[in-house]
Amino acid sequence: MEEKIQQIISSHKGTKREDLIPVLQKVQEEYNHLPEEAIYTISNQLGIPASKVYSIASFYNLFRFQRTGKYHICLCRGTACHLSKSAELLRKLKKELKIEPGQATPGGLFSIETVPCMGACHLSPILRVNKVYYTKVETSRVKTILNTYRNK
Amino acid sequence: MLIDIEVNGKIIKAKKEETILSALQRNGLNVPTLCSMKDLMPTGACRMCAVEIEGFQGLIPACSFPVNGWMRIKTHSPRVVTARKTIVELLLSNHPDDCLYCIRNGNCKLQNLAEEMNVHDRRFFGSKKKQKIDNSSPAIVREPDKCILCGRCVRYCDEVLGIAAIEFIRRGTHATIGPEFNKSLNNSTCIHCGQCIMNCPTGALHEKTSSTKVSKAIYHPQKHVIAITDSAMAVSLAEEFGLRAGKDMSGIVNAALRAIGFDAVFDSAFGADLYVQELVYELQERKREGTKQPLLSGHCPAWMKHARQTSGNLPDDITTALPPHHQLGRILKTYYAEKKNIDPSDIFIVSLNTCTAKKEEITNNAYVNGGFPNIDVSMTTRETADFIKLHGIDIHQIEEELTDLPFGMASTAGKIHTLAGGLTEAVIRNLFFSAKGRELRPPRITKLRNTKSIKEYLFKEGELQLKLIAVNGIKEAMEVMEEVRLGTRSADFIEVLACRDGCIGGGGQPLRQPAENVKSRRKALYDIDNKGSINVAEKNPEIEELANRFLGAPGSKKRATMLHIREIKKAAL
Amino acid sequence: MMMSTITTDTLIEELLLNTTLEISADLQNHLRKLKRISVSKPVIFVGSGTCGHISGAQETLQAISHYLEENKVDAEVVETGCIGMCWAEPLVDIQLPGRSRISYQKVTPDLVTTLLDATLNFNCDQKHILGQYKNDATEPWENIPHMEDLLYFKNQHRRILQHCGKINPYNLEEYIAHGGFKALASTLLSNTPAQVRDTVIKSGLRGRGGGGYLSGKKWEAAALAAGEQKYLICNADESDPGAFMDRAIIEGNPHLLIEGMALAAYAAGTTKSYIYLRSSYELACERILKAINDCKEAGLLGHNILNSGFNLNITIRTGAGAFVCGEETALINSLEGKRGIPRPRPPYPTQQGLFNKPTVVNNVETLANVPGIIAGGAQKYKQAGTEKSPGTKVFAITGKLEKSGLIEVPMGTTLREIIFDIAGGIKKGKAFKAAQIGGPSGSCLVSEHLDTPIEYESLEAIDAIMGSGGLVVVDEDTCMVDLAKFFIDFLQNASCGKCIPCREGTHRMLEILEGITRRPEEGNHKTLDRFKGVMQLEELGRVISETSLCGLGKTAPKPLLSTLKYFSEEFEEHIYERKCRSNICRGLRTYTIDTEACTGCTLCAAKCPENAIIGAPKHPHFIVEDKCNGCGICYEVCKFDAVLLK
Repeated sequence: MEEKIQQIISSHKGTKREDLIPVLQKVQEEYNHLPEEAIYTISNQLGIPASKVYSIASFYNLFRFQRTGKYHICLCRGTACHLSKSAELLRKLKKELKIEPGQATPGGLFSIETVPCMGACHLSPILRVNKVYYTKVETSRVKTILNTYRNK
Repeated sequence: MLIDIEVNGKIIKAKKEETILSALQRNGLNVPTLCSMKDLMPTGACRMCAVEIEGFQGLIPACSFPVNGWMRIKTHSPRVVTARKTIVELLLSNHPDDCLYCIRNGNCKLQNLAEEMNVHDRRFFGSKKKQKIDNSSPAIVREPDKCILCGRCVRYCDEVLGIAAIEFIRRGTHATIGPEFNKSLNNSTCIHCGQCIMNCPTGALHEKTSSTKVSKAIYHPQKHVIAITDSAMAVSLAEEFGLRAGKDMSGIVNAALRAIGFDAVFDSAFGADLYVQELVYELQERKREGTKQPLLSGHCPAWMKHARQTSGNLPDDITTALPPHHQLGRILKTYYAEKKNIDPSDIFIVSLNTCTAKKEEITNNAYVNGGFPNIDVSMTTRETADFIKLHGIDIHQIEEELTDLPFGMASTAGKIHTLAGGLTEAVIRNLFFSAKGRELRPPRITKLRNTKSIKEYLFKEGELQLKLIAVNGIKEAMEVMEEVRLGTRSADFIEVLACRDGCIGGGGQPLRQPAENVKSRRKALYDIDNKGSINVAEKNPEIEELANRFLGAPGSKKRATMLHIREIKKAAL
Repeated sequence: MMMSTITTDTLIEELLLNTTLEISADLQNHLRKLKRISVSKPVIFVGSGTCGHISGAQETLQAISHYLEENKVDAEVVETGCIGMCWAEPLVDIQLPGRSRISYQKVTPDLVTTLLDATLNFNCDQKHILGQYKNDATEPWENIPHMEDLLYFKNQHRRILQHCGKINPYNLEEYIAHGGFKALASTLLSNTPAQVRDTVIKSGLRGRGGGGYLSGKKWEAAALAAGEQKYLICNADESDPGAFMDRAIIEGNPHLLIEGMALAAYAAGTTKSYIYLRSSYELACERILKAINDCKEAGLLGHNILNSGFNLNITIRTGAGAFVCGEETALINSLEGKRGIPRPRPPYPTQQGLFNKPTVVNNVETLANVPGIIAGGAQKYKQAGTEKSPGTKVFAITGKLEKSGLIEVPMGTTLREIIFDIAGGIKKGKAFKAAQIGGPSGSCLVSEHLDTPIEYESLEAIDAIMGSGGLVVVDEDTCMVDLAKFFIDFLQNASCGKCIPCREGTHRMLEILEGITRRPEEGNHKTLDRFKGVMQLEELGRVISETSLCGLGKTAPKPLLSTLKYFSEEFEEHIYERKCRSNICRGLRTYTIDTEACTGCTLCAAKCPENAIIGAPKHPHFIVEDKCNGCGICYEVCKFDAVLLK
């Protein structure tokens, strides 16, 4: 991992404090999340104390320290989606998968994340599974959507 | 350049471009602050210093807004007072309701503010944060539930020390402060210097107390409990009892400790005398061998932890001599035990000092020598005061007593070894004595007696030339090391203390310490030096006696196996 | 047809650097082609902004490509940005040789074949046609309304969005053909930075990100500040829920932003610039990166632009998902690799910003206004809008509207015009209740404000803010208490945590609201607590606004306090009658059991904490409404989806 991260840092061409967030972004792209080892490696290679690297990573919504599920469900929590009862969708997802946003199911199949407004408000409520969008989702459709992935 | 500003209807003088807070404070007008730190840039985080300025819409934080000639400021209008009170109430609403059980009961900034602001209603109530207490470190305890996120601990550790062991984690109401991954303190880069405790306004950070252990030992029929006092602690204790800062309480401490039930009271300065002798011997050896690298002191445990973790293991150039109180502890559990016919396992040694890092130091295997820890418990100045009070001793009624002999006798050089530059002074006096066979007169070296964080001295006697540096502050120390490495600064000896003011500003000191108090403590120690007649270890008769009877002269094999880590380790293998 | 030998360089040379008004016939031809005044083969445009993608535009695009290949049709396919008619997406425009461009709405992949079959044969598919674009040089289609005359467009004044959804955002030359970079070229040739600043100050352009400060003055402050190294940052973090104006500008016309940044950088004397782009804006990132590269290659960015001695490099940095980074100083901290925490001001960013150097932070829309101002002059700019708020504003109108989307109107347009004239009124014929303007930092506007002109001063007078352009409209079925709770929850989550009033204050405000939208524990003192809580909201809100460090905290109480002001009966119903008239607040709802779905497994009855469910095993169960406390446990545990919300 150390070598790979070194590669990422050299390709970014910057090892100063202001390069920390882009480096963290690239590392997360590579590993899907920020493994603990990566935090220490980045800390060593950029010369920034590990507590600061973690502090900055934990501040932003983008960074996560746990791997997402195979199918990562993003639920839009924008205003229009809220008005279209996205809160009910969330409740249904939580009920079906028995996990909270930010967690993954024990087998690692699904994970849930609530995301800020996706900006397609006329199609609310919206949820996204990996790169596939589902629009105007009624609560009753949730199970069907989940099953398409369960049966893959 | 001075300008006029109007505050509460009166004109006061302010310096151009200074902050409103600074102008107010200079004119004796106080507004409450929580996050402001002396000498560091204001962050404007707590909003307690909010004031009303005519023409401005909201309330303005005095700490981070510059003065301007046309300003009309109100520092205590009803609008401002309501705002401050609400802020305190908001803090209290997310704070445990257990003042009576808290270590800072009666000595807490938040408590004081609640009182000042007349908070008598629980207006906001709802969920409070529930985070785990971090008890992992032998020195410092973290109670995140009590943290008000003022950030002073983080800033000190980062901006002043340059270590950044702890930082803010997450954001908003989920924010907390801790090492990366919020892991336990004893796994982090924390050096246990305790300056975070000194800056914390609440009980979120405090030392791990040991008084129960000590009480138990004292009341154990078999244990022989010895107290090793420390002169820095002795000149700081007065503040915990409401007496004037800088009063030398050593006589009273001796009496109090005996009254509590300690079997003997000795002075760590004795250990310091031994320590200085060892350092000087090492220095002279290195000069003889032509070693280029400077010898580094090793008696500051916070510095030692930092050195260990930055270089992987103990750097070669740190002195192998045990720190002063360990040297004394070692002698006590061997020579003294034998003399007194006490089983060393029954000897319980309590070191009373100004330091929190020593609590971690004494657990380190390196300082468990000959099968016994040199020191069993280390207690801070605060703990010592509490311990005395706990045992019902009225220090106003007690008569001063002397320390026990032989290990209570110390040169004044030993007594000032905890001052920034003090150890170096002691070393120089010893070097002089060694070279010239007489004492350095006058003994005081004024070049090493100022508040600069880096002090230098060039010792020249005949052919012997040594450059000695005393540096305090980890950041400054690392800078000096780097300069030495690069060759831009020469050094043969570097005294390193982690705490800014040396040990008199240590993490175990009285929590409220205005700058004048630190000054008084420093003066008190220098007064002891000026007044004492034995100013160098060589002239300490008890040291001579111990050398003759047991240890031998500096450089002896006995000293090597008794008082130096490497040799002890070698012997143990 | 003559092959055009005009390269980008020639285009720039002859069009931008040409100070005479004469251009060669060759160039004129080339421009006509670029502007697609007339086309030589069919051109199919697919509305391909992010909203388009989410509507399925990519699948439609695939179907189109497939059709063209299968049927061996020689046509050009262009992916455009968003024209703002989100309610009509996926949008497909077709321009046939000699005919005006027409626009089809809601073109799902299955419709592609019939649509193209018809249109390519010069038959318009009446079912899906939206309109046709006016064009003097081509033959119009019969019986098809003009897009410009549609109510949706007629009342707009599209300056910034003029080309969004119409031109190819990947093609620099198209932008130049439409007049792009002329303003920059003439400025670099003959105007000083001070002159540019003067023009923009005279135009009265105010920051469109919500601040409303005179942009020209900001540039002036930076230009006059001490120091060589200065920075320009384009704030494209856009994280207000329901706001996607900046995204549409970047996806639809990225070169417009680049030109605006270049002019701003020139005027403010900034030597390096950044675009801080919201991390989830991947498509926008792709398009702006291409645009920057193309501009660099063409000599419109980089060293010695157009031989003027002016240098500008634009670096893209993506955010990492923190709403608070929309605040200038928090954004600057984020760029420096720190936590996105706001700094105390003074010092202001124009004096000490990024790396402590003078920094100008401008919103995307603000910068997009600049080329037009320079090209047309300050007076022309002021012809739209009001005296104190000149120009136009892009709004993202969403919520319970017939037509949700992106519009651009002159400042001073009323809410009524936007909702009823442009957006077609409230969906399903429901009654208008309120409009939230300014996102989670804004107040709500109600019926009495329908005729208030939307501009900075009028809004301030009614204690509302413009915000960045998000406008969410709610109808009679919306629970205002729930909406207020939604916004506070959002802000609570977004708070950086630095200052006590925002961090702890918004937390308590949220709790007070949760207290009145949750099923109560019994006991009179709890009612008193709820009541006390709400009474405290105003004072608490005031302290939070007055003492918070940054805009987020300062405006956090606004949505709550304004809904409290205008909808106090709804609040009282929640507090005293424990009723949510819109049946939204979950804690105040009731549940019923669908007797057909219920299998009588008795699980819900066993779990019910109030013993409110009765029924025999294997027989449908029944919820006793009086006993039900709305906790919803039965709903959670039922494996047969037999428990329904009433």
